[in-house]
Amino acid sequence: MNIHEYQAKELLRNYGVATPRGQVAFSVDEAMAAAQTLGGPVWVVKAQIHAGGRGKGGGVKLARSLDEVRTCATAILGMQLVTHQTGPAGQTVRRIWIEEGADIRKELYLGMVVDRVTQRVCLMASSEGGMDIEEVAAHTPERIHKIFVDPGTGLTDAECDPVARAIGIPEAALPAARATFKGLYKLFVECDCSLAEINPLILSGDGRVIALDAKLNFDDNALFRHPEIVALRDLDEEDPAEIEASKHGLSYISLDGDIGCLVNGAGLAMATMDVIKLYGGSPANFLDVGGGATAEKVTEAFKIMLDRPGLHAILVNIFGGIMKCDTIAEGVVSAARQVRLNVPLVVRMKGTNEDLGKKIIADSGLPIIAADNMAQAGERVVAAARSQNTARS
Amino acid sequence: MSILINRHSRVITQGITGKTGQFHTRTSRDYAEGRSCFVGGVNPSRAGQDFEGLPIFGTVREAKEQTGATVSVIYVPPPFAAAAIDEAVEADLDLVICITEGIPVRDLIQTRYKMRGRRTLLLGPNCPGVITPGELKIGIMPGHIHKPGPIGVVSRSGTLTYEAVGQLTELGLGQSTAVGIGGDPVNGLKHIDVMRMFNDDPNTEAVVMIGEIGGSDEETAAQWIKENMRKPVVGFIAGVTAPPGKRMGHAGAIISGGKGTAQEKLAVMESCGIKVTRNPAEMGKLLKSVL
Repeated sequence: MNIHEYQAKELLRNYGVATPRGQVAFSVDEAMAAAQTLGGPVWVVKAQIHAGGRGKGGGVKLARSLDEVRTCATAILGMQLVTHQTGPAGQTVRRIWIEEGADIRKELYLGMVVDRVTQRVCLMASSEGGMDIEEVAAHTPERIHKIFVDPGTGLTDAECDPVARAIGIPEAALPAARATFKGLYKLFVECDCSLAEINPLILSGDGRVIALDAKLNFDDNALFRHPEIVALRDLDEEDPAEIEASKHGLSYISLDGDIGCLVNGAGLAMATMDVIKLYGGSPANFLDVGGGATAEKVTEAFKIMLDRPGLHAILVNIFGGIMKCDTIAEGVVSAARQVRLNVPLVVRMKGTNEDLGKKIIADSGLPIIAADNMAQAGERVVAAARSQNTARS
Repeated sequence: MSILINRHSRVITQGITGKTGQFHTRTSRDYAEGRSCFVGGVNPSRAGQDFEGLPIFGTVREAKEQTGATVSVIYVPPPFAAAAIDEAVEADLDLVICITEGIPVRDLIQTRYKMRGRRTLLLGPNCPGVITPGELKIGIMPGHIHKPGPIGVVSRSGTLTYEAVGQLTELGLGQSTAVGIGGDPVNGLKHIDVMRMFNDDPNTEAVVMIGEIGGSDEETAAQWIKENMRKPVVGFIAGVTAPPGKRMGHAGAIISGGKGTAQEKLAVMESCGIKVTRNPAEMGKLLKSVL
């Protein structure tokens, strides 16, 4: 789960990480009131969407007077902000963050992730703030300094100080850097983060260490113990189809192709997308119905897939284990009837009660195309989608 | 021979009284020699009772002392699953297999940290388990698609493992052991660990290695295979079409910071002499071609 920058900054402050003062605004009037409360002479008006790259897309502006705050707020609120992470359609800006201007002496980078190899939280710091850390990693990896934090002892001063010095923190500011590193680590662990990024972290003219931006992602598997984080969820930032799917216990991700796929198991679902691509088609989604799929779940899955404009075919690929093929077959037949299926449907079933499942499909009288293996399924669904596409254009 | 488990393993189920634990303990006991291999279960509040004739104990240690258990399989719900692993580790079992999906990463970091220097191996979590066909099945895989034979299978995905096994069996190629290592970012045994075991197992002649996007386990295993493996290995990686930054069902299946793509993994595997296919329908055929 993701949250907004302003929410992340509030969490950071709770953990002793310094941030500029600011206020969130949902309207131009609120933005003006926020600017007045904060006082001048300089404000930063920042679009609050979950995607990164907001500055380059025109979602972050500097205002040197209250009039300029009004102009910036008016321009940004409601805009369709396009960044490298939003896709070409962009994301509507519904909230902005008004912040006091900062006196930047140095821009640095601070991040935290879970390192899969060492199975520890990894702190990454760099003198190259404000830049894409992947760029830094690719071109000047020696400028990234890492600490793999011992889960027993936590982050120590002896580990923090050399890294802080290496990224250019002066001696006088070392205590502030320590507090920042350790605060972020404490937050990361206590709130079950999966990623934390402060880019840039700045050294101010008066020697303070301040988080000028903040990005936090949380481990979905741990949300059950963080109602306070769940409360920060902004559904406007999520794909409505994915929200709908999650209500039914379906793992769904929208993609930009025209062939829907319904599969059991995450690995097989990915492999099914790959096979569609291999035969020249393009998957419209990732969809794992999970181990305990029922007829109702399958019907909901069909509704979500068919809701997409431009869908040209559906592939159902099931390897029955715990999940029985006849259960899925009944679900598919009842779903196809209920949703008045108007695109070709290819079904491949294998495993537990395979023959029963195939019989249910064959006896249904529905124009379902059967396939015996994944290759055939891929080939047939791509051909079906093509003919559908030609017929419609 | 086989790896990890065989007819001499003695197994207990942690979470034996839950719906999932009951169902899969039953199907595992019904498979091959499961009846003599499964010896008990654990549930702190149901000690002294039994499940279909299997005694239920209050703790893993007690179960081990009373039954001689060497392996445990966990179906405990996510909030309590890491503690269940810890308990099995503290009881010094040989192997703990955690089927549970959805355990917080922070819990697993702590559990793995506590496992340092301990003798117990962890398989999973978020995995289908492990099966030595014709002997013992511990987990949620459909037993009937398997057949005893010389091919090792190791995979991060459940149903994709079944897919590979199904193809092998159809081609008349049986399996020595099929191992699901699970789809979580922080887990126990990795591809490289299982590959070492297959290399040392006299009854395994070749291995199918199935990976997916995220992390670098497959690359690490590929390097090891290049330098050490005496048996042919073929591979498939799921997620060539997966977009970056999106978790594809499994918590560990995510391309982050441009790292962990299927293309990159396939390229490293090929450069290490592993034959790979981009077509999941051809995993069995590819394996047959290297025998």
